[in-house]
Amino acid sequence: MTGLLQVIDVCKSFQGNVAVDHASLTVEEGAVTGLIGANGAGKTTLFNCISGYYHPNSGTILFQGKEIQRVQPEKLCRLGIGRTFQIVRPFGLLSVLDNAAVGGYNRGTGKKEAYAIARECLALVGLEDKLEMPAAALNTGEQRRLELARALATRPKLLLLDEVMAGLTPTESKEMIGLIEQIHQKGMTILMIEHIMPAIMSLSHRIYVMERGAVIADGSPEEVAHNPRVIASYLGSRGGGTEYAEHH
Amino acid sequence: MIVLLAAAVIFPFFAGRYMMSIGVSVLLMAALGQSWNIMSGYAGQFSFGHAAFFGVGAYTSSILYVDYGVSPWIGMLLGMGAAALLGVLIGFLSFRYHLRGDFFALVTLAFAEILRVLFNNSAALKGAEGVLIPYRDVWQEFQFRDDRIFYLILLLMVIAITAFIGVISRRKFGVCLIAIKESQGVAQSLGVPVLKYKLAAMAVSGAAAAMAGTFYAQYYGFIDPGTVFTSSISVEAIVPCIIGGSGTLSGPLLGALIIVPLQELSNSLFEDVHGLNMVIYGVLIVVFIMFCRDGIYGALVKRQKGVET
Ligand SMILES: Nc1ncnc2c1ncn2[C@@H]1O[C@H](COP(=O)(O)OP(=O)(O)OP(=O)(O)O)[C@@H](O)[C@H]1O
Ligand SMILES: [Mg+2]
Repeated sequence: MTGLLQVIDVCKSFQGNVAVDHASLTVEEGAVTGLIGANGAGKTTLFNCISGYYHPNSGTILFQGKEIQRVQPEKLCRLGIGRTFQIVRPFGLLSVLDNAAVGGYNRGTGKKEAYAIARECLALVGLEDKLEMPAAALNTGEQRRLELARALATRPKLLLLDEVMAGLTPTESKEMIGLIEQIHQKGMTILMIEHIMPAIMSLSHRIYVMERGAVIADGSPEEVAHNPRVIASYLGSRGGGTEYAEHH
Repeated sequence: MIVLLAAAVIFPFFAGRYMMSIGVSVLLMAALGQSWNIMSGYAGQFSFGHAAFFGVGAYTSSILYVDYGVSPWIGMLLGMGAAALLGVLIGFLSFRYHLRGDFFALVTLAFAEILRVLFNNSAALKGAEGVLIPYRDVWQEFQFRDDRIFYLILLLMVIAITAFIGVISRRKFGVCLIAIKESQGVAQSLGVPVLKYKLAAMAVSGAAAAMAGTFYAQYYGFIDPGTVFTSSISVEAIVPCIIGGSGTLSGPLLGALIIVPLQELSNSLFEDVHGLNMVIYGVLIVVFIMFCRDGIYGALVKRQKGVET
């Protein structure tokens, strides 16, 4: 079976620094696919390649069977790739509703439709009573959910989530897991990066593990959790919790 | 807002000559400010060269009028078109090479300077002598004996630009411009055609400044490169926005209303200090950027919200 998204042998380096090294992965339609790896493993860089922010130095990315590795981000959004960012960046000056409406305009042909989509997505993430609030006034948890709503409002076929639980309290993380589960139940295909192990283990159908730019293992959550190489390289070396800035 | 509008409309019927000239200066600055507001306040592309658009507007209508007998009304529209194209050109070149922020501002400044030098040195473009608009009292030629009509026309222009901003700020275009200003990358991820929107903002902004340029030429009857392409015009587009609140609908209007009288006052107090207005602008900009980022209007809005909640 060919997946909704196929990353084939993708390389991306920055001035000789290899960030993604011959990485390949497949995201099956309707599944939740996890992407894990230590800080600096190249996960976000791979996301940026998939969503058009970086063009790979080599390799192919297929979305619905079509090559997209040289397509621009806004075009990819039109094609059906939605994403969130590791560092939340709400449009602080705009209201919560307007934030989501920016996404809604991707499919909404007019203002009415765009705002209807925006309201629907905000209701889904539980922000329906903060519509008129400036987005800058939301707390981190709410901003994460706004990001999610904003991406959903573009009506993606594939949703890329880059550490949507970073900075959340345990309770908020739990809610976020429920939310992602719910979105998946509605038929969304999801590729997500996550450092919180229990979260990614419970949500994913298949997990890919990256180390120094390369995909070193993949399989079901159990397989990956018991893979000696993964334990050695990743699970063992975790800690410190240094947050990398997002590069783009 | 309505009170202010009413006051602006009846103002010329009570004001004397001196007050009228101040009124025109306020409106001219308001028009320039609103034009800057579209591209820099809303879309976040900081221009330091709005004189380029202003000058292109002033020169297009003036040369067409003086040399070819084209009505300045038509010349104004052509000038607006030319300035819009210039905006698209500047934008395209800058964004093509991924220039942002300070570098983008420098490019706009460079364009204004290049045009100034070009006009100064080209005989075909009237050189340093500039263009003198012969006076004939014919409305079809954008000329009026009565300054009040000039004033009201300029007021209409300011209202038009402001209304335009008011309309777009509730629609896709305006909301997406603010999104682009806040984070271009995120806006792209949401499907906003960033390049197209930035270029559109620059085109509209340029056209608005050109409209003010034609007005300037017709009202004062004389232009030369040193007055319409000078960076003090560019500064006068920026200052009302920074003081009043850029990216807001009425901020630049408020800014113009405050600055021009202030400038008049300082000019009369220190008559022989040349260039004092630039010093005042400089100080005001620094003070506002340091202590009142959102401008006066922004601060007022915040204050009001604070009281409510
Ligand atoms: N724009 C860039 N310029 C230079 N180096 C970059 C750039 N983007 C990423 N890198 C480098 O590429 C490597 C991979 O970074 P990336 O952000 O993809 O890692 P990550 O797996 O997302 O890490 P984290 O878990 O900390 O988010 C790092 O060494 C990083 O410094
Ligand atoms: Mg990352």
